[in-house]
Formats: sequence, C-alpha cells, structure tokens
Amino acid sequence: MTLPTPEVTPLNEAYWAGLAAGELRFQHCPHCGHRWLPARRECPACLREGAGWEKAAGTGQVISWVVYHTAYHDAFRDRLPYNVAIVELDEGPRLITNILAPHDSIAAGMRVRLEVQSDFGVSLPRFAPAGTP
Amino acid sequence: MMRGKFVIAGVGHTAFGTLPGRSTVSLNVEACRRALEDAGIEKQAVDGVFVKTPTSAREILYGQTLSEALGLQPRIGIALDQGGAANMSGVAFACLAIEAGMCEVALVCYADNPRSGSRATYARPRGDDAAFGWFSTAAGYAMIHRRHVAEHGTPEAAFGAVAVAARRHGAANPHAQLRKPLTLDGYLATPPLVAPLRRDDCALISDGAAALVVMSARRARELGVKAAVPILGMGQAHTSWEVTQRPCLTSTRAKDAARDAFAMAGLAPADIQVAQIYDCFTITVLMTLEDYGFCPPGQAEGFVREGRIEHGGDLPINTAGGLLSETGMPGLQLVIEAVRQVRGTATLQVPGVRHALVSNQGGTMHTHATLILGG
Ligand SMILES: [Zn+2]
Repeated sequence: MTLPTPEVTPLNEAYWAGLAAGELRFQHCPHCGHRWLPARRECPACLREGAGWEKAAGTGQVISWVVYHTAYHDAFRDRLPYNVAIVELDEGPRLITNILAPHDSIAAGMRVRLEVQSDFGVSLPRFAPAGTP
Repeated sequence: MMRGKFVIAGVGHTAFGTLPGRSTVSLNVEACRRALEDAGIEKQAVDGVFVKTPTSAREILYGQTLSEALGLQPRIGIALDQGGAANMSGVAFACLAIEAGMCEVALVCYADNPRSGSRATYARPRGDDAAFGWFSTAAGYAMIHRRHVAEHGTPEAAFGAVAVAARRHGAANPHAQLRKPLTLDGYLATPPLVAPLRRDDCALISDGAAALVVMSARRARELGVKAAVPILGMGQAHTSWEVTQRPCLTSTRAKDAARDAFAMAGLAPADIQVAQIYDCFTITVLMTLEDYGFCPPGQAEGFVREGRIEHGGDLPINTAGGLLSETGMPGLQLVIEAVRQVRGTATLQVPGVRHALVSNQGGTMHTHATLILGG
C-alpha cells in the first residue's frame, strides 16, 4: 500500500527538491529575518513576499509526540503502532515528522538529528536520536 | 454596560445519539421549534438566525437554507465557522446585533449528523502531512495531552477522573447518549487509540441539534417570557496557530476569553457555582480549569482527582454528562445545561446556583468562547 503523497506545488517544490537531494530547507524572509515552515507565499511576520530557502543544520528537539494504535489510512495499517512527532529545528521552524527510535525512549526536549528516508519514492524528513551513529 | 442586558429566553434540543434519515436542517428546525416553545413566543418574532455550520458536511449558504426551512426572512442571518466556539460566539454576535438595533430576537442553533452520516472529517489528514501518518482530530489533542504530561507530570488518573465524572453525570441524564458509568480502573484498562489518548478520553460521535432564543431583557419582559436567564459575561479569543506551529501547547487563549467574560460580569472564578466545560477530550477540561483560573497551571490534576468537579463537589462540571457522555454535539447543549442550572430545573441540580459558566472551544483548541449566566 503506497503512502499518501505530498502535493508538490510551485510554492513548495524547493522544499521537496531539497529533501530529494538529502537536505531539509526552511523559508526565511529577506525583509524581517523571520524563518518558518511549511511553505507560504507571504511572510507571516511582516506579510511581505520574496522568501528565500535556507538549508537547516538538521538538528532540533522533540516538542511532543503521539503513537497511533489505529490506522486512519490503509497505508499505515501494517505500520501500527507508529509515532508522529512535532520537532522544532534549532533555527526555529517546526514540522511534523516521525522519530526513528523505540516509542518508550521518546521524550519532550529529546535532541534529534535529521535522517532523510525514501519511503515509496518520496524523500521524507525523519529524525533519529542525536547521539546515535 | 452589557451585563444582564441580554437573556437566553428559551432552549431546545432534539434527541441525542443515532438519528438516521434526518438532515441537519431538519434537526435544526426541530431544536428551534422546541426553543421557541420553551420561550413561549411565535417564530414571527424572530429576525436573527445565527447557525454554526455542520462539522461533518459543509455546504454554502447554509444559513439561508436553514432560514428557508424555518420560514423566516431574517434581518441578520449567518452561518458561523469557528468549530465548537461558534455556538457561543453566535450568542455574542446576536447580542451585539441586538445592541446595535440590527435585530431583536435571535435563534442561535447547531445540528449535525456524523453518527448516521459521515465521520470522515474526524479522520482526515492534517495539512499536507499525511505521508507521516498525521491524521485525525484526536491526534491533535493527543499532542497537547502528551505535552501537558511532559511539562506538568499530569498523571493518567487525572484524565481518568474527568472521564469518570462525565460518565457519572451522564448516567443520571435520561437524554444522554452514553449512560454506562465508568470506573477509574475501567478507564485505565482500556487500550490506547492514539497514545496517550484512550477511547474514554474522546467525545462521542452524535447526531442531534440544539437551539437557543436570545433577546434583550426588555424584549423578554414585553413578550412575557417566563424563565429568561440573564447573560452576565461573554468573551472570545483565538489561538490561530495550528498545533504544529503553536509556540505553547499547554495554555491557550481560553485564558483571554475567560478574562473578558469575568470582567464583563464583574465576577471571579470563586463566584461560579457550576461550570460546563467543553470536554471534546479530557485534556481540554484540565487546561480550561487552569486557563480560566480555577486552579494554577499544572494544578488541575489535583483539583479533578479530589472529586471537586463531581456533583456534590465545590465546582461540579458538565452536570448533564458533557461531550463525553451526553452528546458529542459541540457546545450548545452545555449552554442549555447551564440555563437549567440557573433556572433550578437540572436533573443533577446544584443547590444555590447564582452564576453558571460555560466554556466552548473549537478546532484543536484554536477557538475559544466563554459565557457566564446568572440570576
Ligand atoms: Zn518578514
């Protein structure tokens, strides 16, 4: 069962192209310096256009996480139980992701680092505990 | 001065549970008819219709579709889209319209039929993150629940105490959809759905409708309304960030909605004898108790585990069972129970109610509205 695939649009194609090249990118505003994800046309801080893309260092921390014991989509039925987490990058932007660690080892504030994984042909930004090789 | 200037003149609701073959418009009409009967007025007096859009089936011009079915040509007619808070912000917008002289008598109502219709809205992918498995309304609340536990050490028994109280109160309510009581051991024994959430942390899925008649206290006297309940305070405020982007997950703008409502009413949390607190998930009750000032941040767990929120405690909440037991319909039934408590006609009546508070919220704690009623 293939995963539901993200919709690639002119607005976010640089994000997905970055992941395909193994890097995680976020948007930054040349006018006010604000940084964010997911992709927007206007800066949510100063409302101006012209955002650029910046490469993330790939390190951050877990804000919160949940573990699904029920599947809301057939693609996840044989992955149960699986986790979904909110990670805050050290640069500030936050994103939804999966943590590559046993569920009972995940904790709020846990340091993590980026691990781009190809899943059914889509490169997804996932995170592993920062201390692991 | 808005305090006491407007009243809830009548309340009405349909049966709650599984109501196959009923459209949301039909359910709304039944609830409105009952609310008008309760107020003792004719529909011709109504010139404002404020309806919350059905959660499970969006349609355009819903307010006009409903007004057509009600046989009304209102001066103000609108469908509100704020999730659960829209029920009580509808009351506030009705009062503002009446204050401005743009209508005199308003129906505020809501209906939905996800139980016999489609539940897809509760299982939908969140944003464009379906590839990570990020689905469902419940999971958003589970993220907040988990963070509250991480920051405050909130024990599982605190969430259980909220569910147990709701189910105890619902068991006494002949109209409640789920009347089977729950014990703390029973709560703890149920498997996780989206951990840390268990099934008993989650609102029911319900068909049904509820409606209120809102007017000025003066108009209620003119029309001979017998049991009008004054509105003492109202507030709303919104946490617009999606859960992923929200800088703080464990406090919301419910705090500001409550502050404004208490200020309008000239009251403080200690003046409230009974509260109806939106319990779509148990975490919402704990955070609302904290954000409203009934207890300090992180202290709701002790408050609920001491039984203070049960009938007989010093702040009984959701005395008809709430969304966990009476009906999963978002919010108006909580206002109706507050009206019954002020009138002295509730099944689990709290003695000596002078001030009853209601909290509504919607989305994933995005929207917040507060109402304080009293004699
Ligand atoms: Zn900017």
